[in-house]
Amino acid sequence: MAITTDIQTNATGDAGRPTPSTTTLPLARAINAGLRRALEQDDRVMLMGEDIGRLGGVFRVTDGLQAQFGTQRVVDSPLAESGILGTAIGLAMAGYRPVVEIQFDGFVFPAFDQITTQLAKLHYRSQGRVRVPVVIRIPYGGHIGAIEHHSESPEALFAHTAGLRIVSPATAQDGYTMIQQAIASPDPVIFLEPKSRYWEKGAVELDAEPSGDLHRARTVRAGRDATLVAYGPSVATSLAAAQAAAEEGRELEVIDLRSVAPLDLDSVVASVERTGRLIVVHEAPTAHGVGAEIAAAVAERCFYRLQAPVLRVGGFHTPYPASAIESDYLPSLDRILDAVDRAFAA
Amino acid sequence: MPWSDPCDVPGTLRLLTPQGERVAPDPAVPNGEALASLAATLDAERLLAMYADMSLTRAFDREATSLQRQGELGLWPESRGQEAAQIGSAHALAPRDYVFPSYREHGVAHVRGLPVRELLHLFRGTQHGGWDPAPHNFHLYTLVIGSHTLHATGYAMGIQRDGDVGTGDPARDRAVITYFGDGATAQGDVNEALVFAATTNAPVVFFCQNNQWAISAPSTVQSAVPLVERGGGFGVPSIRVDGNDVLACYAATATALQRARRGEGPTFIEAVTYRMGAHTTSDDPTRYRMREEEEHWGQRDPIARLAALLRAEGVLDDEAQARIDAEAAELTAGVRTYCRSLTPPAPESMFDHVYAEPHQRLDAERSWFRDYQSSFLDATAGR
Repeated sequence: MAITTDIQTNATGDAGRPTPSTTTLPLARAINAGLRRALEQDDRVMLMGEDIGRLGGVFRVTDGLQAQFGTQRVVDSPLAESGILGTAIGLAMAGYRPVVEIQFDGFVFPAFDQITTQLAKLHYRSQGRVRVPVVIRIPYGGHIGAIEHHSESPEALFAHTAGLRIVSPATAQDGYTMIQQAIASPDPVIFLEPKSRYWEKGAVELDAEPSGDLHRARTVRAGRDATLVAYGPSVATSLAAAQAAAEEGRELEVIDLRSVAPLDLDSVVASVERTGRLIVVHEAPTAHGVGAEIAAAVAERCFYRLQAPVLRVGGFHTPYPASAIESDYLPSLDRILDAVDRAFAA
Repeated sequence: MPWSDPCDVPGTLRLLTPQGERVAPDPAVPNGEALASLAATLDAERLLAMYADMSLTRAFDREATSLQRQGELGLWPESRGQEAAQIGSAHALAPRDYVFPSYREHGVAHVRGLPVRELLHLFRGTQHGGWDPAPHNFHLYTLVIGSHTLHATGYAMGIQRDGDVGTGDPARDRAVITYFGDGATAQGDVNEALVFAATTNAPVVFFCQNNQWAISAPSTVQSAVPLVERGGGFGVPSIRVDGNDVLACYAATATALQRARRGEGPTFIEAVTYRMGAHTTSDDPTRYRMREEEEHWGQRDPIARLAALLRAEGVLDDEAQARIDAEAAELTAGVRTYCRSLTPPAPESMFDHVYAEPHQRLDAERSWFRDYQSSFLDATAGR
């Protein structure tokens, strides 16, 4: 497969060369196009959130959608996150497919109760009689120099709750495709949008029907010496690290998980069986996190094939720090390479 | 301690005195005469049905409380004392309306036609739900205080989008009602629900049963103003009713539901009632309530109040009472038998319905559990 650092892929696997139906879009525009298509195809789909209408959302992901579909389908909500989620649950029970936007990751917590005690459990409590196909879009992660509560990665807090699906696109194509799949899912889906990648362009095939497994990981760079597993914003950093490692003679395989819950462990295990080394990269704190889950699962399944302990590169057990020093907190290319060195020194 | 009845506050709708006599509404009640006229349309047959429903609810509640005391239920939230609020409001509902209850609305469930024995699954610990909400438009009980008021509001917003309000067609127009307590009014979710309902003009009725106690804390801990005053701040028309007066509860709810179905938006009803029993069977109200208060409310029993009216008007006689008593005995016997028939589900069922579509993690855990269970020589040993 083609080795690239910009992680553009398309249906042909021939990165960078547009086909007639392929266009180039930034991730934010690709998600916008996916939302538009979902709104066009199903009258029950509706968007709700703070400032998503006339403003088009603080990141303009919903830009132009209210003008096209009206105020009843693209709804500017009161500034009340629990209210947004709670009413979305009621709308879903009434047969609608609400897609809600939480303005920033750090503001999802007022809605945490509705997500974890209500949304996640209604299907279970009702013995499958009540479905709540709500999608929660959350711009998440750092790297944009934002102030407090605007850069968190809360995925592990949700991944611990049964009943939720959690995915994160790393490419424009995935942004376009996965949002449509998330909306089509009969289960609640938390859709984590890596805000640092919103403006990164990639090839998008607009005409293709969304296909493939929403929860299947993808190998975005083949390699034989060690495996890097990442998702969302960390995929690009991991690819850059793999590129740098290649210049030093180490071929790192990079896997874009795409899905945090469920995890496609089979793909990770298959890679580790070949490479013998695994480094998990994410922006969220490593303590009690998604990387810990992957490390434990791989240790269970690949113990005798591992040539080094599984390592994690992520945030520290601190609040997300002030943006002036966020680059020291986030998993950087250098910190990933340092972990690779440690894996080979073991 | 000087003690006054909170229902004696001017502006509270009361159409039936504690002694069971019909009374004209307080002049301070907005549209009081119209509400009284609406209640006056309840004929003898309907009033007797309400009385039977209240009596059956009380009998069921008493039986469930006994079942808990005998170890058959893990917990039971008693509804004793709140029968007028529940039965009166529920009788105002149309079949197409949708109910989002809290966890004490046994009387509402009964009026909706849900066999109340099905409520026991949740409290016996054999399921988290126990019934299908669809046939009776009666949602599952909700234990997180106030969270369901948002679901009700969202559901009402859905009805609005479906075009099922304000058409003038009684077969099409419909509304939502949500029940919650005085404690729930302190929750953010209830306040957010009022914001959403008011700003979207959603067809939803907020029915607050102010039973005066949130476990051990009185209403004054939940609100510095009478609860009915909350609605106005959100732009939601509000009314305070004597919650032990089934006529007032019916009239206020019927009016609010009609408003909602006509597309005129939400209403907040504060039904001032009294939880005669404990919060749940785990509670001990003797630690925080005074005997004087309980005795006062004991004399304001909503069932006795309606019985006095019906006796005076010749609607209820010994024969009718005997018929209702027999029906209650039959109901409770059936409830007891049903309760004991509820056995633990198969352990593997814990993996069912977590997701609507297959989930690889869950499938792997189910598979492991199945293998583990089948590894025992004695197939029942793993239970």
